[in-house]
Amino acid sequence: MDSPIGQAPDPVPADPVPVRPAAGVGSAAADPAVAAAVADAHRREWAFVLAATVRVTRDLDLAEECVQDAYTRALGTWGTTGIPARPGAWLTTVARRRALDLLRRDATAQRVLPLLVTDQALAAAGPEAADLAAPADAADAAGPGIADDRLRLVFTCCHPALSTEAQVALSLRLLCGLSTAEVARAFLVSEATMAARITRAKKKIAAARIPYRVPPRAELTDRVDAVLTVLHLLFSTGYAAPTGDVLMRADLVDRSLDLARMLRMLLPGRHEVAGLMALILLTDARRDARADSAGRLILLADQDRARWDAAKIAEGTALVREALTQRPPGRFTLMAAIAAVHDGAPAFADTDWPQIVGLYDLLMRSWPSPVVELNRAVAVGFADGPAAGLVALDALAASPELAGYGYLAAARADFLRLLGRTGEARLAYEDALLLTGNAVEREFLATRLDQLGS
Amino acid sequence: MSQYLILIYADEAQWAGATPEENAQLTKEHMEFGQRHAGVLRGGNALQATSTATSVRPGQDGGVTVTDGPFAETKEALGGYYVVEAADLDQALAVAKDVPTRFGGVEVRPVWEVM
Repeated sequence: MDSPIGQAPDPVPADPVPVRPAAGVGSAAADPAVAAAVADAHRREWAFVLAATVRVTRDLDLAEECVQDAYTRALGTWGTTGIPARPGAWLTTVARRRALDLLRRDATAQRVLPLLVTDQALAAAGPEAADLAAPADAADAAGPGIADDRLRLVFTCCHPALSTEAQVALSLRLLCGLSTAEVARAFLVSEATMAARITRAKKKIAAARIPYRVPPRAELTDRVDAVLTVLHLLFSTGYAAPTGDVLMRADLVDRSLDLARMLRMLLPGRHEVAGLMALILLTDARRDARADSAGRLILLADQDRARWDAAKIAEGTALVREALTQRPPGRFTLMAAIAAVHDGAPAFADTDWPQIVGLYDLLMRSWPSPVVELNRAVAVGFADGPAAGLVALDALAASPELAGYGYLAAARADFLRLLGRTGEARLAYEDALLLTGNAVEREFLATRLDQLGS
Repeated sequence: MSQYLILIYADEAQWAGATPEENAQLTKEHMEFGQRHAGVLRGGNALQATSTATSVRPGQDGGVTVTDGPFAETKEALGGYYVVEAADLDQALAVAKDVPTRFGGVEVRPVWEVM
């Protein structure tokens, strides 16, 4: 998977044959092994191949075009030459060769956007500029040797000068290789809207000279946090789809885990990266138990824990232990630790609620937010009984940030129901229904309301 | 190297209401900022208030209309600017973060380069 560009790649066609779009794809489709290998390389290697190609083109659009071309070529070629031992290196060589070819041919053509600022380009501009742009410790921060090109791409996609929406869209497009149509579907906007968003972001990167490089050590913690925030947003959008007809969008969850895994490999010393990856694994481990065969929501309390993914829980638990060795632990690490306590309980009744309340207290101390406070109040209700939970929740009722938040009303409704205050529970469920946009969650609330009787 | 314009936006009402001591302090902060970044600053000025502004726009029949007041009425108005030379946006932002901004904030815009 991580094949340095400097090493000799697998044999590539000396003189690449022209791409045969329809026929090539069609004939390759007849060879399922090749199609599967290309699909696998698309998922595993896209960011690697694109990041290495951007260094040649210093232009995101041109690099994307060349990488797309290399994948198409692989479909047509691997059937005859065999699947290369290191597909990423093969694809990179083909994409870079194509880029050099196009650059030579279009050497005099008018450029639409300025070239990206890379540390190489700055080195050529003079020692002073290079010194400012590529401090020696940037490479150390990422590991020994030259920082992986993928990190440059990650930090460019998640630059704070881009809007969060643009950061998420660029990450899916450039790091995961999703098409604009796929990114648009993931966020339920039209393809035209998403295309405009991506084009605008790329234009800003080039015109404002957002650098294609790993930030210096002094900025690294903040910048890694910005990347993790994008991955977390991607994960939460997939895991609890805010609107729509399905409870979760597995594709987004899978992509966020892929990206977290990649970041973990590229920045092995960063505890918060381990923390976020643990959070995704430990939460996603419950995927199969979260909905019944009809797609209806099943609460944590009612889930069949035998259906939880033991491998994900084991991997996530090991990561969270490692992440917790950093003091003080970061917010994703604390959230992962909470998920680990849930996952470690053989039954809902065995949940160590006081420990969960303690972890929420730590989270509140450094990252206070109304949503964290709400979750803490719910945990208090399980640790000390529904009456105590209700007191904690009612303290939040005045919070303007939670005014339109359906989960607050739903949590109140549950505690009221447990206390036998049926009339008030009914009103609270009705409030929650008004505030919830996800069809599966709405159905769950409606069922609860029915079960209250009259 | 590229040039960036750092536009300083400030609440003019607050600015107008500042005491002489506050104004002297702000001037001192800008002088110190100028010394810290002398190597990359290529220009900069403070502007008179928007009450002194005159706008010129194309008028009807191909003529020109001259009106009293700023081009756009906003609470936070352009009050000054710096021109900096920087290798990339990160370097320009590092300078921008250091601009004294008592009554507002700054906007960083790349200068259009003729290629």
